Amino acid sequence: MNAHTSPAVEFVDARKRYGEVEALRGISLAIQPREVVAMLGPNGAGKTTSISLMLGLRQPTGGQVRLFGLPPNDRHARSRAGVMLQESGTTAVLTVRELVALFCTYYPSPMPADQAVAMAGLTDKADARIGTLSGGQRQRLYFALAICGNPDILFLDEPTVGMDVEARRAFVASTQSLADAGKTVVFTTHYLREAEELARRIIVIDHGRVIADATPRELMAKVAGKRVSFTVPRPLAADALAGLPLTALDMSDRRVRFLTNEPEAVLRALFERGVGIQDLEVAGADLEEAFLSLTRRPEPA
Amino acid sequence: MAPLLRMLVAQTLAELRIRKRIPAFSLTNLVLPVLFFTFFGLPFARDTFPNGVSVGAYLLASFAAYAVGSVMVYGFGIGVATERGMKVDLLMRATPLPPGIAIAAKVLNALSFSLLSVVVLIVYGIIVGGVRQDLTVWLNVTLRLLAGSLPFVALGFAIGYSAGPNAAPALANLIYLPLSFASGLFMPLDRLPGFVRRIAPYLPSYHYGQLAWSAVGAPSEPLVTSLAWLAGYTALFMALTIRAYRREESLKFA
Repeated sequence: MNAHTSPAVEFVDARKRYGEVEALRGISLAIQPREVVAMLGPNGAGKTTSISLMLGLRQPTGGQVRLFGLPPNDRHARSRAGVMLQESGTTAVLTVRELVALFCTYYPSPMPADQAVAMAGLTDKADARIGTLSGGQRQRLYFALAICGNPDILFLDEPTVGMDVEARRAFVASTQSLADAGKTVVFTTHYLREAEELARRIIVIDHGRVIADATPRELMAKVAGKRVSFTVPRPLAADALAGLPLTALDMSDRRVRFLTNEPEAVLRALFERGVGIQDLEVAGADLEEAFLSLTRRPEPA
Repeated sequence: MAPLLRMLVAQTLAELRIRKRIPAFSLTNLVLPVLFFTFFGLPFARDTFPNGVSVGAYLLASFAAYAVGSVMVYGFGIGVATERGMKVDLLMRATPLPPGIAIAAKVLNALSFSLLSVVVLIVYGIIVGGVRQDLTVWLNVTLRLLAGSLPFVALGFAIGYSAGPNAAPALANLIYLPLSFASGLFMPLDRLPGFVRRIAPYLPSYHYGQLAWSAVGAPSEPLVTSLAWLAGYTALFMALTIRAYRREESLKFA
């Protein structure tokens, strides 16, 4: 296969099993060069496993994964990839600049170490020992290590965990400029907002499967945006909510909870049906709930 | 791809810098052999054995062997276990740095530190202990010990991949101190109890010591015998390392 015409990342029915646990249940997708892709999903959905396969840190138990048309652990492929992992560590006694400069030597055409440090917003900490960095600064260091090799593709696994608001903003700006410069970026996140802000394509993973692969706008239209809950004076009849545009319905005791994109319409219908509503709450659904609404959506006819 | 030699040089320099910045660790490795020689060797440094060999030179050779072995066993044992504990290996695996280069850099770093450790010890023995030998003898001792250190490199890696960061120092002590003592590196074998003398010829450090003892003219086994034993122990420790590495691989990186 010619490395110049292949997708940056390709999964062909990739499966991954850890003992009894099926982390990935057959994923097929292709990420083209210059795409900026967010992988979104709740904890344990298979995001980190997917990234590990893309990097060759783990091997699929079935199917195939390719990075620039090569096995991901091939040094040619790896020389084109920059990586930021969850939970990885590094020496504490080198300075930021020293470690970034060391990582630069791993890559064929790195950027100057100071440039990577600056892009990560760590210039004032360049001569500090890594052991003295705060959690957020350490996260910026990992970002500097990921970009210092001038990679064609960046893999960022939960990059903004532990960053404060300002650091997150700086990170989004840096990633945006890398994307504008033609890099392929693949990142995982819990935050729908972050995915929307940066990505032009969002892949939603749940229970080891791709359950949505769309632009942010398309996805938002699919996802139920509001969580509605209220108390009723007496338990509702089973069909009291029939035919209304809602998902993830939960009626335990006298408390009713569900997700919907049209809270006004649903509530209007309920008033018309004479349902007594007390303690009404309407709130934006968090991501976990949004996934719930995706996974529980009835299959389109 | 980036040139391998440039990677190796940069990686080795970084490893040296890291070692230099953990003085609790590097100083211990430099000071202990000198201290042991002071206790066990200095009082007899100017004596000679009945066969005419200088006791001081013999003991300096012994503690030089102890020093190089300890740099390897403690350095790799504790170093690798600590890096695994901090998940340094996870990030390194995702970079294009070939694992062979990373290991070679660690070995080069340990060899240069061993050299420093031996030089410090011998210079101390010459100046403070008044031990007199030709420079070529010391050169020979040093080169043989560096070249023959492979089984201890392998033992260090075996410990580093088997034990966690907290257990590694204890395990290294538990293995390396009795090994050194029972092989006659702390005091000549004929001063040790009979059962120790009978066990010694089966230990790696005994055959390692032979490399140094023969260099200062003490009676010793043929060089081929020492090398064969050391090669055998290298193979054994490497097998243990590979087994521990694979077990970890199947857990963390399968």
